[in-house]
Amino acid sequence: MNIEWYLVVSALVFCIGAGGILVRRNPLVILLCLELMLNAGNLALVAFARAHGNQDGQIFALVVMVVAACEVAVGLGLIVAIYRRRLPIDVDELRELQG
Amino acid sequence: MAEVFFFLAAIGALAGAIGTVALRNPFYSVLSLVCHLLSLAALFLLLRAEFLAAAQVIVYVGAVMVLYLFVVAYVGGGEDPIRAAGSPGLRWASALFAGALFVELSIAVLGTGLTAFGEEGSGWFAGYGTPGEIGRLLLTDFLLAFEAASILLLIAAVGAVILARRRAGLEHPREISVAEMLRRGSRDEMTGGEAGTMIEAGGPPQR
Repeated sequence: MNIEWYLVVSALVFCIGAGGILVRRNPLVILLCLELMLNAGNLALVAFARAHGNQDGQIFALVVMVVAACEVAVGLGLIVAIYRRRLPIDVDELRELQG
Repeated sequence: MAEVFFFLAAIGALAGAIGTVALRNPFYSVLSLVCHLLSLAALFLLLRAEFLAAAQVIVYVGAVMVLYLFVVAYVGGGEDPIRAAGSPGLRWASALFAGALFVELSIAVLGTGLTAFGEEGSGWFAGYGTPGEIGRLLLTDFLLAFEAASILLLIAAVGAVILARRRAGLEHPREISVAEMLRRGSRDEMTGGEAGTMIEAGGPPQR
């Protein structure tokens, strides 16, 4: 398979994730869409590593997976904290910091 | 044969991504993302990234998605109407923006000289992408990135525990705060001898 096919799939997944972040209001689903975008970046990294024939891109993709795991841990902790304070789980309603 | 597997995996990945965005129940969104991640692991295998595919399945599908499922079950987000902020016109503007982004990325991908890589990519050697090779690279060339990632994971784990701890102000005598803990040194006098137990993590029972 040519490398471009993988890159087009990666671009499509990235755009679906970006559209989801803009459309959805539930922070849980927004985190899921962030995962989509990070994974699209991972796919592009691995495809380019294959095209260039060295493995540095795969190491980069591993580091991206670690960062995504950290982001999930902190994001889910925030959502649980929001839920415990009886606040609505909706990014439109949480505007205390807006001033 | 590789083409058949590629299109199967690509269709699975795209269907999973669309399902994640379009399904109203967050629980089904998480399950759809699991389908997407499994298809993506198949794509990684086609690109000869064996270790990455295995890590994807174990770390993402096995651990992160289970964390998501637990939080969705705990928070209990039921049906969630899909609507954008403000007027409904903004929803179409969001879709339009995503489409424009895809067109732009496609121009960037297809309009450049990427075809020079050829059909099967350039050099591929025995052991490419295997756990042994990845481990050798992680412990030689990318040791700094490896250690930085481990510290980042530690900080994120501690931060998540502190964020998700049950609290509503610090007026209760058995409640502890991190600043107080650092100032006074000893933890036992604040928690009443429950330091290091689940009672400490849970906070006072009546909240």
